[in-house]
Amino acid sequence: MRGLLFQGLDWRWLVEQAVMFLMPEIVLAVFACMLLVLDIGWRATERRWAAYVALGGIGASAAALAQTYLNLRGHEAVGFYEMYVVDSFAIVFKVIFLLTAALAIALSVKFLDIEREQRGEYYALILFATVGMMFMASGLDLLAIFISFELAALSIYVLVAYFKGDRKSNEGALKYFLLGIFSSGIFLYGVSLLYGVTGETNLRKIAAALAAEQTPGFLAILAMVFIVAGLFFKVAAVPFHMWAPDAYEGAPSSVTAFMSVGSKAAAFAIFARIFVYGLPALRGTTSLENLGWMAVIGAVSALTMTWGNLAAITQANAKRLMAYSSISHAGFLLLGLVAGNQTGYIGLVIYLFVYVFMNLGAWGVIIALRREGIPGDRVEDFNGLIHTNPLMAVLMTIFLISLAGIPPTAGFLGKYFLFAGLIETGNRWLAALAVIAVINTAVSLYYYARFIKAMFMGPVTEPAPLALTPLMRTALVVAAVMVLLVGIYPPPWVDLSRLAAEQLTTVTREVLAGF
Amino acid sequence: MSPERLAEYHLLSIITWLPVLGALILIFFFHRERKQAIRIFANAWAILSFLPSLWLLTYDRRLGGIQFIEDVEWIPQIGARYQLGVDGISVVLVLLTTLIGVIAVACSWGFIQERVKEYYVVLLLLQTGILGVFVSMDMFLFYVFWEVMLVPMYFLIGVWGSENRLYAAIKFFIYTLFGSVVMLLAILKLYFIFPDYLKQPDVQQAVLQAARFISGENAPMYRMIESAVQLGAQGRGTFNIMAMQALGTARMGGEPIIPLSLQLWLFAGFFLSFAIKVPMFPFHTWLPDAHTEAPTAGSVILAGILLKLGTYGFVRFNLPILPDASRDPRVVQVMAFLAIMGIVYGALVAMAQRDWKRLVAYSSISHMGMIMLGIFAFNPSSLNGAVLQMINHGISTSALFLIVGVVYERHHTRLINDYRGLSHVMPGFAAVFMIMTMSSIGLPMLNGFIGEFLILRGVFEENRLWAAFAATGIVLGAGYMLWLYQRTMYGEVKEDNRHLPDLYPREWAYFLPLVILAFWIGIYPKPFLSYFERPVAVVVEQVRPGYSQRLLERAEQSDVLPTRAQAADDRGGER
Repeated sequence: MRGLLFQGLDWRWLVEQAVMFLMPEIVLAVFACMLLVLDIGWRATERRWAAYVALGGIGASAAALAQTYLNLRGHEAVGFYEMYVVDSFAIVFKVIFLLTAALAIALSVKFLDIEREQRGEYYALILFATVGMMFMASGLDLLAIFISFELAALSIYVLVAYFKGDRKSNEGALKYFLLGIFSSGIFLYGVSLLYGVTGETNLRKIAAALAAEQTPGFLAILAMVFIVAGLFFKVAAVPFHMWAPDAYEGAPSSVTAFMSVGSKAAAFAIFARIFVYGLPALRGTTSLENLGWMAVIGAVSALTMTWGNLAAITQANAKRLMAYSSISHAGFLLLGLVAGNQTGYIGLVIYLFVYVFMNLGAWGVIIALRREGIPGDRVEDFNGLIHTNPLMAVLMTIFLISLAGIPPTAGFLGKYFLFAGLIETGNRWLAALAVIAVINTAVSLYYYARFIKAMFMGPVTEPAPLALTPLMRTALVVAAVMVLLVGIYPPPWVDLSRLAAEQLTTVTREVLAGF
Repeated sequence: MSPERLAEYHLLSIITWLPVLGALILIFFFHRERKQAIRIFANAWAILSFLPSLWLLTYDRRLGGIQFIEDVEWIPQIGARYQLGVDGISVVLVLLTTLIGVIAVACSWGFIQERVKEYYVVLLLLQTGILGVFVSMDMFLFYVFWEVMLVPMYFLIGVWGSENRLYAAIKFFIYTLFGSVVMLLAILKLYFIFPDYLKQPDVQQAVLQAARFISGENAPMYRMIESAVQLGAQGRGTFNIMAMQALGTARMGGEPIIPLSLQLWLFAGFFLSFAIKVPMFPFHTWLPDAHTEAPTAGSVILAGILLKLGTYGFVRFNLPILPDASRDPRVVQVMAFLAIMGIVYGALVAMAQRDWKRLVAYSSISHMGMIMLGIFAFNPSSLNGAVLQMINHGISTSALFLIVGVVYERHHTRLINDYRGLSHVMPGFAAVFMIMTMSSIGLPMLNGFIGEFLILRGVFEENRLWAAFAATGIVLGAGYMLWLYQRTMYGEVKEDNRHLPDLYPREWAYFLPLVILAFWIGIYPKPFLSYFERPVAVVVEQVRPGYSQRLLERAEQSDVLPTRAQAADDRGGER
């Protein structure tokens, strides 16, 4: 950090850099602050306007992001003393975060009305969390990553505890907070060890320093283990998943929808960034003499898929069931990193992209089931939905089929790339992992089908209308259309994911060539 | 019009997507309470979707190979294409599907009273899924259809089935999904090794030579394979089934290009998927539940068409793409053992059933075992028999399920003991049932005989012991079917059976085509056989290179037709 603190700031340079790199984030942060101020002036009935302001902010941010993308013309730009990078990987992930935030906000309005918790700060927090996630995707320095990570995490801790009077919400938030802090500590410890070994916090310099050594030292491996453990917490991989069901169940459903997609995608963004950019030297192979993070992640992904699925089967609460389902999806996503080839990375990105629509969609229907006086979070609450609200039943079926990975939905496409990545390596251990993964796909159908069974074959219960607003209905229809569109006509979406994946591939290839 | 000309009019796409179009019209233009209108529309649309499939009869039987080819880019990044095409085997299966489709829609007229609109929507979607499997020439597309069709079938059983439907529906869904996802891995492996091998110029030559062999004079088919090979040479993958067949058939210095060890793994992947679908013993446990609980139309489609997808898969994928694994003695023995187990076990269990529908379901297991045995005897006679028997089973078992449906609709029980002496009150029904019983048993003059005879003849050439077991299955089959007929049709009329009405004209209408087909195939099967004789001969040649050549040489030497003794010698020579 040459002289930044001592010689005083060169403001013009700073503004230039900020305009060049940070416009989308700045716009979003400004809107978030604006919401906090505006909220004071609004009367209780006007507070839902906050949602529309927030959506406007997301739109403006998306426009800024598009501008940045056009300026870059496919190149990457590194700024702020190589702490911050804007490349296609970051941009694709930022698109994912913005979509997540937009859909989550669209699903929240009516829900918060029913809960009588409509306040501007809710939307401000979602925007702040999104800003944090967007920074995460761009972080090229472990410190930058950590700080943006905490920005996102702190906003979400508060969101989980948003229902102040609800004990479950508080319990979930406390668990999430304690374990989150704990995992941040572990992660930070790994970062400090890595700094001790290499003397760097910049991912590229770390990679170079580690590659210079012939065999990775014990400390480097220890650092890798700590970092990977910290990240496993963040993506809720078994055996670090215990917080997820409680936090997902306790949190307001709309917040769960947001965090189960947004923070998961963000965690995977830094997962890929740190391991592919920073620690490629420790990747290892599947042979016993040369184990590295690839083997660790592979084992954990098998465990995560299987355990998440088995646990989901036994759940009666829809939110808990979806929590475990999201754990098993984390296991699938890890496969992309294990495969380490372009197909696998495309799988990782496209899966996250479609996960936005299918998971938020499914959560949206769960949210709509929350009506005045009806908690609506058990699987039985879906009974007979086809009679009371055929549209929602059909949409939910599309989301569930996609989550189960059955064509012609987007979920299948994501799974296809993940499995294909594993098979492409030609490695028999990874092929075995693929077999475990496909078996899990079949198992997962069982619990998704429970919803379908309830909706179409269950007895008709009380015909209380669902809590739907036009905004929400539009959001769900759009999500379903996207799920089908990506599944039936994939080329543009594959191209989009390939933008992000290509970078990871080049980095990996360079490293593999080094061995 | 010639097949090539018809392909320009997208005949196969029309056949495949017409049912979906009908489903969409139903969804958007019909109110769910207008049940009668929905029924009329669905029936009319089913017939409308059947008609274009008749054009497939213009398939050029002399030319053989894949015809009516349509080829559009779909996902260029992974090389998946929207490629459709049919050979003689798929032509007859597509025709069977569209015909059974009409019958399945027709037989639901009175039986389905609730959620009529959704019912026909699901039925039509299912139709497209099945047709798509038969016409796909791209493995990715094939896989998509293969899985898509599970969803409507799940709804069909789960929503409109009988008491135990929820259990049966999810069991069917998970069981078959489990098999198909494993197949996905095998497909992926093939996809990735294809460019790996095709990068070598000498492999390219060998594969192109094999392509010339499988396509014969069929230029469009050869071009399809050639373009896939060129892509492979550039290091890009392809999902083209025929190109994979060429890769599997190609030989370099007598050795297969895909090593046997890998072939065995791939075989296992495809096997699991298809064996569950067929279903082969011991993967059959989903079938009795699904067949019994499904509504009549569901059972008819399941037994009539869905099971054929499994055997079709073996003929289309396992045999030609992985010929060395297929004819590996260990594999053949296992397959024959499982097939024979299916024949005998299915028949014995059928005999013990008290539920009419369950009995027919188990008889399916037995018959499908016979088809599998025919497929894995790898000679023209047995394979022709197997394909013909797929059609026969589609006709006779569909009819038997329809028959159960007729009495169930009238009397609301499926227990055999609840019926007695029906031939006195329902003579027309008894006659149809008799014909279909005989067709199922394999009485000469009826379709079952031709198929079973061809299979047995082929199997006998290969292994007399297998043939003996298979023949036992036929005897047992006669046992349970005739016993069923005796218990339900003859004897004193049961008091509460006395007022059951005979077949309605609508029921006659959908039994009649099946009866006509049963006699037609039984008396003059040549038109049917002529469609798939050539494709089958090519498959045999792919699995056993030089088989027909050796037979021919022998025939020239001895001036008589080859006998089974010579064929046995021939096998000895192979060892």
